[in-house]
Amino acid sequence: MLERVRRPIQSLGHRVIESVWRTGTVTRFFGLLLASSGTSFQRFRLVMREVYFTGVLSLVIIIVSGLFVGMVLGLQGYETLQKYGSTEAIGVLVALSLVRELGPVVTGLLFASRAGSAITAEIGLMKVTEQLSAMDMMAVSPMSRVIAPRFWAGVISMPLLAALFSCMGVFGGYIVAVVLIGVDNGVFWSQMQASVDFRYDVLNGVVKSFVFGIAVAVIATFEGYDAPPTAEGVSRATTRTVVSSALTILALDLILTSLMFRGGT
Amino acid sequence: MERTTIDLWFGAFVAAGFAALLVLSLKVGNLGAERAGDTYKVQARFDNIGGLKVRAPVRSAGVTVGRVADIHFDNQRYQADVTLALDKRYAFPKDTSAAVLTSGLLGENYVGLEAGGDEQKLKAGDRITITQSAVVLERLIGQFLFSKAQEEPAAAAAPAAKLPEPPGLGKK
Repeated sequence: MLERVRRPIQSLGHRVIESVWRTGTVTRFFGLLLASSGTSFQRFRLVMREVYFTGVLSLVIIIVSGLFVGMVLGLQGYETLQKYGSTEAIGVLVALSLVRELGPVVTGLLFASRAGSAITAEIGLMKVTEQLSAMDMMAVSPMSRVIAPRFWAGVISMPLLAALFSCMGVFGGYIVAVVLIGVDNGVFWSQMQASVDFRYDVLNGVVKSFVFGIAVAVIATFEGYDAPPTAEGVSRATTRTVVSSALTILALDLILTSLMFRGGT
Repeated sequence: MERTTIDLWFGAFVAAGFAALLVLSLKVGNLGAERAGDTYKVQARFDNIGGLKVRAPVRSAGVTVGRVADIHFDNQRYQADVTLALDKRYAFPKDTSAAVLTSGLLGENYVGLEAGGDEQKLKAGDRITITQSAVVLERLIGQFLFSKAQEEPAAAAAPAAKLPEPPGLGKK
């Protein structure tokens, strides 16, 4: 009887302790990563190669999804704004929701599942095949040779991808609202420019995507580095990268939004 | 240094990203539209500014000529003290009047400037003295109901006064 009550409490406690422990390890890993980042900038070609794999190869999915998201925003926005007779505000609606929220967040989620999972799987597999320990044997630090370039590539790619996403989204909204539905072209852009502030909206969006980039890159590299060296371990680590990146992005987004956009001005 | 295709892709990617940022700030945002420094500031006091916010446009004849730079409450006069940043290209007479208006029925509040006839122009730091407050919809409805209620008693009270004495009884 007592055993049946004790078991769930025990496992709950175990999970809590485990996640606290993990948080500490991630923080230490992040510190170590920053400390051994010097090589990535001395040999910038390593970072460039990773930017190609994480950033350039993600371009297609980012551009296409940005276009679609913008088009859907245009259609849905028009549908609702029409009821209030203010369809001119559609440019504002599309641009603000993309630049402030959807651009950084959706790009972050796509980036985590497109590039983050690949980074985790790659590092995890390097660990399974003992490439990392081989490097260690040759006095090459895997931290500065393998992990840090991937981290910095993620940090560099994310804001650029988010900007491209927002840009394509605005273009998608333009196609639906102006070209297909027939909202006036001049009103569409002028209302947008009157309401979207450079510092308040655009720069805050860039800051958000930068923070998400750091979060996804740390999670992806850590999960790969920490993966148990088995086939199952790597597959679990890859899943965990996507899940915890998504949760982290959404939680960080709530915090950043409440810090940045307090309403009023 | 030998060139690789990775270099080309990296360069193209970074260039595309920065181009997107540039489009976002110039075409979508307002970075190209206004430059701080090309403005001069004038003050205006309003009894009630309604929903006016900082960065709301200042319009004259429908054209945006500036922005609301600052709003704060004047605790001596119990009025709102509004600072308007006007574009240097436009000069207004000293007796220009300012009003808090609403664009459309549900639109945003803005400050409308109505030029006067004075020879002298407004300078930086001047105060617009003739102001008109925002129209508060609730107050307007209240006034309407009140004036309606004042009309009614004359019409409603007359038959009410007659009721107690029907024609037949009144004669006796």
